[in-house]
Amino acid sequence: MSMAYVRDRDAPLRAPPVGTAGALGWLRENLFSSLGNSLLTLLLAVAIGYIAWGVLDWAVLRAVWTGADRAACAINNAGACWPFVWEKFPQWIFGFYPISERWRPVTAFLIGAAALVPMLMPGLGAKKSNALFLLVVYPVIAFELLAGGLFGLPEVETTSWGGLTVTLVVAVTGIVFSLPLGILLALGRQSSLPIIRSASVAFIEIWRGVPLVTVLFMASVMLPLFLPNGVSLDKLMRAIVGLSLFASAYMAEAVRGGLQAVTKGQTEAGLALGLSRWQTTLKIVLPQALRISIPNIVGIFIGLFKDTTLVLVVSIYDFLGIINAGLQDAKWAAPQTANTGYFVAALVYFAFCFAMSRYALFTERRLEPAGRR
Amino acid sequence: MSLELTAGLQKRSFWNNGRVRGYALQALVLLILGGLVYDLIINTANNMANRHIVSGFDFLWRKAGFEVSFSLIPYSGEDNYARALMVGFFNTLLVSAVGIVVATVLGLVIGLMRLSRNWLASHIALGYIELVRNVPLLLQLFIWYRLVLTPLPQAKDAIAIGSVTLSNKGLTMPAPVFGDGAWMVLVGFFVAVGASVLLSRWGRRQQEVTGRKLPTGMLSVLLSVAFPLLFLAAVGWPVSFDYPVKGNFGFSGGMTLVPEFMALLLALSIYTAAFIAEAVRAGIMAVSKGQGEAAAALGLKPGLAMRLVVLPQALRVIIPPLTSQYLNLTKNSSLAVAIGYPDLVSTGGTVLGQTGQAIEVVLIWMVVYLSLSLLTSGFMNWFNARHRLVGR
Repeated sequence: MSMAYVRDRDAPLRAPPVGTAGALGWLRENLFSSLGNSLLTLLLAVAIGYIAWGVLDWAVLRAVWTGADRAACAINNAGACWPFVWEKFPQWIFGFYPISERWRPVTAFLIGAAALVPMLMPGLGAKKSNALFLLVVYPVIAFELLAGGLFGLPEVETTSWGGLTVTLVVAVTGIVFSLPLGILLALGRQSSLPIIRSASVAFIEIWRGVPLVTVLFMASVMLPLFLPNGVSLDKLMRAIVGLSLFASAYMAEAVRGGLQAVTKGQTEAGLALGLSRWQTTLKIVLPQALRISIPNIVGIFIGLFKDTTLVLVVSIYDFLGIINAGLQDAKWAAPQTANTGYFVAALVYFAFCFAMSRYALFTERRLEPAGRR
Repeated sequence: MSLELTAGLQKRSFWNNGRVRGYALQALVLLILGGLVYDLIINTANNMANRHIVSGFDFLWRKAGFEVSFSLIPYSGEDNYARALMVGFFNTLLVSAVGIVVATVLGLVIGLMRLSRNWLASHIALGYIELVRNVPLLLQLFIWYRLVLTPLPQAKDAIAIGSVTLSNKGLTMPAPVFGDGAWMVLVGFFVAVGASVLLSRWGRRQQEVTGRKLPTGMLSVLLSVAFPLLFLAAVGWPVSFDYPVKGNFGFSGGMTLVPEFMALLLALSIYTAAFIAEAVRAGIMAVSKGQGEAAAALGLKPGLAMRLVVLPQALRVIIPPLTSQYLNLTKNSSLAVAIGYPDLVSTGGTVLGQTGQAIEVVLIWMVVYLSLSLLTSGFMNWFNARHRLVGR
């Protein structure tokens, strides 16, 4: 009984139907799958092309690239006014920091970057000492470099700080203060002791319930009333205190999310091994909780970075503040000056925040157990 | 010997006792907090005495003496500070309420676009979300303020359509003045709402019996427009219009939607919509794919399947983040102070500057924003409870 009709090798593969594979197939499936979809695609393509062309035309083709003052930019139908940016840019970075001392903010920035980069790379070890350096040692060094007064560095008043320097100072000090405070508050909120719990809840909910603008107003007009006679904080410090307290409430909620995600078995296992409650919290629960909440903490840092722009309402000149103030300069009064300034501001803020959000996404993906998603 | 051992154990166990330690820790925290508050109060009292500031809310009844550019209730510089703050409060409410509606609609559209199978649509939505979320709101507000204000002409060459004009003073239009009996509008509206409820119930029963869907939604909209007008006509049309009069520098009379309002509304709703879009996307992706497939298998068209099957289930996931976005929008409306839209913080800042009553003004701000937060989250919790999956 032979089975001659049984095929003993695969039939040769046939080519897919025309128009379902390759670039054409992709187009058909993703852009022109139906009449309505094709119309939508065309409409959106026209709209996006129009906008992209408008931006390109304004920022490059019609733009003015050189000039000494407004005369260059005030011509008919001119696009972006770039010479304004060239002239003002150092001021946007350093504010009114003395020109001969500008190497100090640059050094502080470079040290920070050098310490931050290995911190962000998950493959590298020594995270603990790195974090300790960034959160404790670095702020002292950076403050000393910027403010001066010791080691023969001339003193620079905070009133002459400005621009991107102030934005970074406010954002970094904000996170340095708000992270430990937020962790304490989150632990307090989880505590079984009623007084500590309710004090933490009240603190968190009050700060989260009010807008940052009122917090900054409060820090600038009410904080001086709270301090004993003879003690005074300068304007920048008051704003930083306000922003840090505000951010710590949000940080506490991010850390709480992490704490809740650590299963109860971890605590029980720690206690069963004979660790005390504090040891269990510090050595077992908190490290896991913090690792889980990294994406949310970075998210809050993005928010904090964007919120630093609000110090403008208590007349501190951060990056946006100093750009905004520079627009009043009569030397550069031209129709496109303000648009150019805001365009650059948007690019810089976007670059910072987008990089941070990508990093948050990266850590989130890394933390997800394999197989999910 | 054994007695000593037990005594030693007991002694140690007193301090090792979790409850005792708990009480001790709490007493310590209470002591520190109390000391801190006491210190703050003493310092504040001293400082205020030094600066001759009298605390208390009496200043609210003094004459304000400053004008605001935009108000929903009648106000002039002759009114007191309390009324000025009320003006600010209503302006905050107005821009937040309108902003929430616009942001929700826009966010829903962008979120659905993000999930579209059309590659271009979903990537445009992605670009929108990334761009808007990563640029500070204050900067966006400045940009919108410029974009709104720049193309508008001076008041003297305003663009006019009838008695509605558009200039850099804003959108000016005739204001309705309600005479006696105008409350009939409200009566008509509530009657229309009642009728609509009955209509939709009857419509649903009809649909269950005959299988045909009646256009009850359209009819309800028609009713709620027609009834107030009918009721108003029944009492002899007690509404007149106050027409704006063009002066040298602007308009007097009528009502004006200032450009600051438009800029703030645009910035707030466009910014918040990006976050709402992400919430919508996450919510819809949380609904299992089988639900959409089952709806399609039952013969529902994609639009109907989305509206009747997927969205109601996604709503449960969407509502909590949506609530916090609504709260954020309300709080962010305080950025108005940067472009001079007279909201609560902006008018409060003026009052603070004039009177120096920092503590009182900040207290008013906090109480108002905290209660707005509580009200919003209370309402959303109620809404959430209605849509929650019934436990089985």
